Amino acid sequence: MTWPAFLQYALFVVIVIGCAQPVGSYLFCVFEGERTLLDPLLRPVERWIYHRAAIDPQEGMNWKAYALAFLAFSVAGTALLLLILMLQQHGPWFDPVNQNTPMTVDLALNTAISFATTTTWQAYGGETTMSYFSQIVGLAAQNFLAGAAGLAVGIAFIRGIARNETRLLGNFWVDVTRATLWVLVPLSVIGGLLLIWQGVPMNFAAYTTAHGLEGGTQLIAQGPVAALEVIKNFGTNGGGFFNVNAAHPFENPTPLTNFLELLMIVVLPAGLTYTFGRMIGRPSQGWMILGVMTLLFAGGLGVAGWAEQSGSPAPVALGVDSQASAAKSGGNMEGKEVRFGVHGSVLAAVVTSNGATGSYNSMHDSFTPLGGMVPMVNMMLGEIVYGGLGAGIYSMVIMILVTVFLGGLMVGQTPHFVGKQLTTREMKLVVFYIIAGSAAILLPTMIAVVSPAGLAGLTTNHGVHGFSEILFAYASSAANNGQNFAGLNANSVFYNVSTAFSMLIGRFVLAGLALALAGAFAEQKRRPITSGHLPTDTPLFGALLIATIIILGGLSFLPTLALGPVAEQVTRH
Amino acid sequence: MTIDTAVQRQWGAVRENLLHPLRPAIALTAILTLLAGVGYPLAMLAAGTLLFPQQAGGSLVKHDGRVLGSELIGQSFADPWYFWGRPSATTPKPYNAASSSGSNLGPTNPALVEAIAARVAALRHVDPSNRLPVPIDLVTASGSGLDPDVSIAGANYQIDRVSRTRGVDRGVVAALVEKNRMGRQFGFLGEPRVNVLRLNRDLDARAPRGSDPR
Repeated sequence: MTWPAFLQYALFVVIVIGCAQPVGSYLFCVFEGERTLLDPLLRPVERWIYHRAAIDPQEGMNWKAYALAFLAFSVAGTALLLLILMLQQHGPWFDPVNQNTPMTVDLALNTAISFATTTTWQAYGGETTMSYFSQIVGLAAQNFLAGAAGLAVGIAFIRGIARNETRLLGNFWVDVTRATLWVLVPLSVIGGLLLIWQGVPMNFAAYTTAHGLEGGTQLIAQGPVAALEVIKNFGTNGGGFFNVNAAHPFENPTPLTNFLELLMIVVLPAGLTYTFGRMIGRPSQGWMILGVMTLLFAGGLGVAGWAEQSGSPAPVALGVDSQASAAKSGGNMEGKEVRFGVHGSVLAAVVTSNGATGSYNSMHDSFTPLGGMVPMVNMMLGEIVYGGLGAGIYSMVIMILVTVFLGGLMVGQTPHFVGKQLTTREMKLVVFYIIAGSAAILLPTMIAVVSPAGLAGLTTNHGVHGFSEILFAYASSAANNGQNFAGLNANSVFYNVSTAFSMLIGRFVLAGLALALAGAFAEQKRRPITSGHLPTDTPLFGALLIATIIILGGLSFLPTLALGPVAEQVTRH
Repeated sequence: MTIDTAVQRQWGAVRENLLHPLRPAIALTAILTLLAGVGYPLAMLAAGTLLFPQQAGGSLVKHDGRVLGSELIGQSFADPWYFWGRPSATTPKPYNAASSSGSNLGPTNPALVEAIAARVAALRHVDPSNRLPVPIDLVTASGSGLDPDVSIAGANYQIDRVSRTRGVDRGVVAALVEKNRMGRQFGFLGEPRVNVLRLNRDLDARAPRGSDPR
């Protein structure tokens, strides 16, 4: 690895860690109703919204009411997006010549569910399918709404652990409104200006016809790209404006936009670890979580970076030079962009696969077997490394609960976590969570690889790599990530329906269980933490946590990984 | 309790739990969609057009009133007296900027090895005296199909062919490559590269062929 590549990785990690406390404190203030700088501007807007929507901000919700509100909000968003997509040919800015992919019911439904669950799995290419109206009023707006909803659920979960002897987890409508007004919109304004400055287009122009230097013509797709690009990352959604997402020079023109777009994905989830620690009154707990996440993140960078820089043996045998040097990035450059090179692409792959964000700046389908396995494993682990906005914190805490449980068994005492007990009630929910997450990946994969409809999607790659494509698709959907091995032809009724199924489980079953868990914790009385308890904020516990994560992930997924990426790595020549 | 009362109770529970949140859900969805899906984009449109009009419009390169292309979007070059960009996997033709695409060929897919071999052969065919190993970015398809750049090594590899077919001194071409070299941003972000369109335009301006290609 060259020193600039290492510096890029290191600076990224340093900035993420450095931002955790300021971002986390701000989130704490926003959701605990404390004063912030933006209050004079936003509080009147907030009051007006509650008035028009007939929302009582003082109304507390128990976990069931919160979950139902979350579900109702998501259903409303799905319905609105479905309507916009099915009627897009009658709406403004629809270009029937260029946007000629048929908007079938299954594609529209899959896309609507996909965006309303922040998965943003795209079984379509933006510039050949979506009108500007759909992209902005439909898809980008859902990025805000679904992202805000996810953040709200994450905050409610933290409240459940932080509160004592109550059933109330807050008010979902207040949390969603505050998440949108105080967090997502201001950040998107700043981010949008930075991106446009670097070259991301923001227009409603028709596609431009260019007359190339060699004499041919080139039709250049345009659009209001910046208005989608920023929230796509902050809301940990990931769905791109164009077919190739952030590999497209209009979505990601410079190495700086690449770095910024990746930071946007991570800063809020990383900040939530600090928010968690502060809300429960034990900041060290938050730092321990951030530390574990960062270690796992760095591990992924190391493995994928090494695999992709080593590249494939085949081109070298043909007289091709893939060594890294001052004059080129070298490594496996198939499906990658020169301005990012191997390491800018690996950084993106690891950030997005960990961050439940379906964006990418290179074709993961063309990664080396081990290189492509890293994003796959990241998603299978449950999006716990920084993770999705809101979902990341509860996914990681649930892993902590499993670790505390196992640790408690070894030490021989009832497991406790920050003063809350883990009784049968809580552990049942944890176990269901783990099982549902794995089942949502493994069951559809199993069906797809033995059914003709599933195998029909393998139009680009076959054999073990084809298996990896299918496995990746369901891991991504269940993790509400949305990235793909794009060689899989997923715009079929079979895949549109089956991936939607995984997405719904990954979003609503898992969030529902997390909220139930939060409700159970909130009812408990906080017990004092004594020296007799297993401490959960020490490096030793962090090591135990990492071991538990690897063991659980391995038990669930090692067989499938052996059939896919491992087999491919071992048999390649 | 009679069946009537039981049913009424259940319906009341349903209405209470499931339908109660629907009204604020719909209202909030509508309001926030207007804010985030209409207000925010309009604000960005205004700010972008006012502050960064060239970038907001797609960084178009114009010449004599016609649009040549975009600074950010690669275009196809196949004549030997131009620097070639990277292979492009868009359909139906390479560098189709209305339908971005990569090849998505897996690392062990025989089609990928065949494609690379074909590209190596094509490069060697137009430049038989060049026995150097071919830089990897010249024989692999980009992720977008629209990559505007090649690596420095990729440009250097082509200097001999370009200068020979143009009838221009090699040093002049090499100097133009060096002039158009873009380093890493801030010294360490990303990779050094050359924008192929910009380089070829510079070539046409400062080291033209005998006759105007157009």
